[in-house]
Amino acid sequence: MSAPSFDEIKRPLPKDEALTEANRCLFCYDAPCMRACPTHIDVPGFIKKIATGNLRGSARMILESNILGASCARVCPTEELCEGACVLNDLHHKPIDIGRLQRYATDPFVIDAHTPLFAPGAATGRKVALIGGGPASLACAAELGRRGHTAIVFEAAPLAGGLNSYGVADYKMRHETALREIAWVEQCGVEIRCNTAVGRDVSLDSLLTDYDAVFVGVGLGGVPPLGLPGEELSGVRDVLDFIAELKTRPKADVSLAGKRVAVIGGGNTAIDGVTQAVRLGAAKVHLVYRRGRDEMPAYEHEIELARKDGVDLVLQAQPVAIEGSTHVTGLRCVQTRLGEPGADGRRAFETVPGSEFTLAVDVVLRASGQEKRRGFLSGIPGLALDKGGRVIVDDTGRTGNPKVFAGGDCVSGGKEVVNAVADGKKAALGIDALLKGN
Amino acid sequence: MADLRVNIAGISSPNPFWLASAPPTNTGDQIKRAFDAGWGGAVWKTLGEPIVNTWSRYSAMDLNGQKIAGLNNIELITDRPLSVNLREITEVKKQYPHHAVIVSLMVEAKREAWHTIVKQAEDAGADGLELNFGCPHGMSERGMGAAVGQVPDYTCQITTWVKEVARTPVLVKLTPNITDIRYAARAAFQGGADGVSLINTINSITGVDLDTFTPRPAVAGKSSHGGYCGPAVKPIALNMLAAIAADPATAGKPISGIGGISTWRDAAEFLLLGATTVQVCTAVMHYGFRIVEDMIDGLSNYLDEKGMQTIYDLRGKSVERVRDWKELDLNYVVNASIDQDKCIGCGLCYTACNDGAHQAIGAVRADNGRTKVHVIEDACVGCNLCSLVCPVQGCITMKQIPTDAGHCSWEQHTSGTGKLAPRPQDKHFH
Repeated sequence: MSAPSFDEIKRPLPKDEALTEANRCLFCYDAPCMRACPTHIDVPGFIKKIATGNLRGSARMILESNILGASCARVCPTEELCEGACVLNDLHHKPIDIGRLQRYATDPFVIDAHTPLFAPGAATGRKVALIGGGPASLACAAELGRRGHTAIVFEAAPLAGGLNSYGVADYKMRHETALREIAWVEQCGVEIRCNTAVGRDVSLDSLLTDYDAVFVGVGLGGVPPLGLPGEELSGVRDVLDFIAELKTRPKADVSLAGKRVAVIGGGNTAIDGVTQAVRLGAAKVHLVYRRGRDEMPAYEHEIELARKDGVDLVLQAQPVAIEGSTHVTGLRCVQTRLGEPGADGRRAFETVPGSEFTLAVDVVLRASGQEKRRGFLSGIPGLALDKGGRVIVDDTGRTGNPKVFAGGDCVSGGKEVVNAVADGKKAALGIDALLKGN
Repeated sequence: MADLRVNIAGISSPNPFWLASAPPTNTGDQIKRAFDAGWGGAVWKTLGEPIVNTWSRYSAMDLNGQKIAGLNNIELITDRPLSVNLREITEVKKQYPHHAVIVSLMVEAKREAWHTIVKQAEDAGADGLELNFGCPHGMSERGMGAAVGQVPDYTCQITTWVKEVARTPVLVKLTPNITDIRYAARAAFQGGADGVSLINTINSITGVDLDTFTPRPAVAGKSSHGGYCGPAVKPIALNMLAAIAADPATAGKPISGIGGISTWRDAAEFLLLGATTVQVCTAVMHYGFRIVEDMIDGLSNYLDEKGMQTIYDLRGKSVERVRDWKELDLNYVVNASIDQDKCIGCGLCYTACNDGAHQAIGAVRADNGRTKVHVIEDACVGCNLCSLVCPVQGCITMKQIPTDAGHCSWEQHTSGTGKLAPRPQDKHFH
């Protein structure tokens, strides 16, 4: 059996199919899909516009609510959000294909061509610095630009976009697509300074001094070591580094042909790891998770994708050591036994003595959760973190520092692109109010 | 198995399903294939004066992704040589002696011309004739088609000429592009027609190309009004059919119903309102002759389910139920009833009622995020709109509410012989 390809799993809708699908939409009153979207896109509204042939109006309606509507159309877990809320689930057992309709409407203006849809607002003379170039900052900057403020994004990496550029499974959205969208956002009036790390290339103090407000959208850090013996062996790495590499290099250069791979973790990133390892030709791919399938944080449709890819789910298995001399040769695990739910609502587990077993593998990918950027964040005066290391903000996105706002994964602890966009927009409104009040 | 055989004005047919005079009946080969598929009769595409057609000639009205809700054409009568058509009519009749072959005719308003064409068609073997007084485009500019049908005196006159020589039954095909169809029908029967066929197509422009500004169908950057037909015209046809069937001057006369018939259900409706046969064109132009299989099967099953043996058990059953508005019972009280188990929470009924009708449906956001609707009984006028927009079969039904007040029509109300039941607006305004 040949490996599944990196082709997009959700293919674009051809015109006829899009029109048929758009006409299937009931155009609900107080539509549940709209409320299920964190950015509250007027879903029936933009779909109606597709049906009438007003594609430009449709794209504008989407992008006014969600400036990254083109990438969200691809990467959103629509099954859990808009499409999951569609009333047609009850009638035909088949919701409207909202994600693909959104792509149909936005791609011609954002990805295929760079059509200006929004004029920048009248210049206010106010400047806002945005730290981090991921979805939250891009959404915040775009909204600020539309309100006439100068928004400058500082991105440490060579390219902006954050996980949109480096971390989204390639069969959901290609690296190039994310970059096309960012170029369109830049055209909307957002200035992005890449290769510019705050604290290294520009000081935090200068931003706090020279700008009228600062937005912190630094996301999360890497997946930290698990503290296992043998973790320093070659072949053991952070799943995000692995994904970034396969997205930015020719697939042939990062082939896993014939390799045996174990991914540690049970979330959506772990699924991205296993499904892409399969596509890189791995001979055997294991997903190792310490609790049961029901406890996996990954979405059901993501787990199903891994299952269809032939991934071996190694459940209730706790890694205890990585074996090998210079290169990894095996992942030793111990079976776990699940108990009652603890204070966090998640079931406790304990290891089963004498149940150790070893998976013979050549690659081990850590997908056990990204660490918080406590070090950087604690350097911002007045900004407070909660116990989990997440930035505490009020309902306008404002931190403990009156001129510092924050949003995205550094606030949420790790959610979807669409949540980051919603955060960024909310903070932009908060900053706008602050700047107008001054 | 119900007996679907019919006899209309002396023309017998194995079933009531005929092809209307139109592109599907342009050639003998098509008609033979149609008879093989099950059609009971065919009205040959109109014979008459030699004509030349434009190339581009059809255009359609699509509706929300559904193709051809309505079809428009600017095609004229047959453009094949008369001798070819006559030879093929003879061939078809020889091969299909028990099927109905009716020949549609249209010539200039001259007695001799009509006498000639009638003889030619009958000599070829026609079982009956249909006088095309309905075509609204092209031919009408030359004093034929609808130009005749729109003037009852002309209709009567030409029918009279035809009947002077005709040996077979004569149907007159009526145009709907007229104020009151009853006058045209009366004129046809006054001229001696054995029956009428209706409706022909309705004057139409289906749309305009928003890039070229040319209406459709485009003919070298120009267009012309055409004749509209297909599913969209069915309600107009049913009304005109009922008007003739209920008119004391023409009640009970043979009628061949035409206009948007696509299924056995449509056909049954035409039969109920007084038609004996039905003629189909657009549905065949869309899906081919094969659709007749389900038309026959469906109608037969329907008659069986209703315990009816023949078409005549069904024919005209609804005619007496079409009345003047003034006779309707103003005390027939109905209210919308929503089956909450079936409701999917789309809120369409709420929006429709609130913005488009009588503000009689309330909506709240339920815990599950869906819209939960309820009928405000004091405000519901029973207009049916909510049940019409509801996408779920059987979710909203109109339930009759018993009232103490007896029957009261507008006539009774205004003459003081009836008592009105309380109306919702009484409660609102007082």
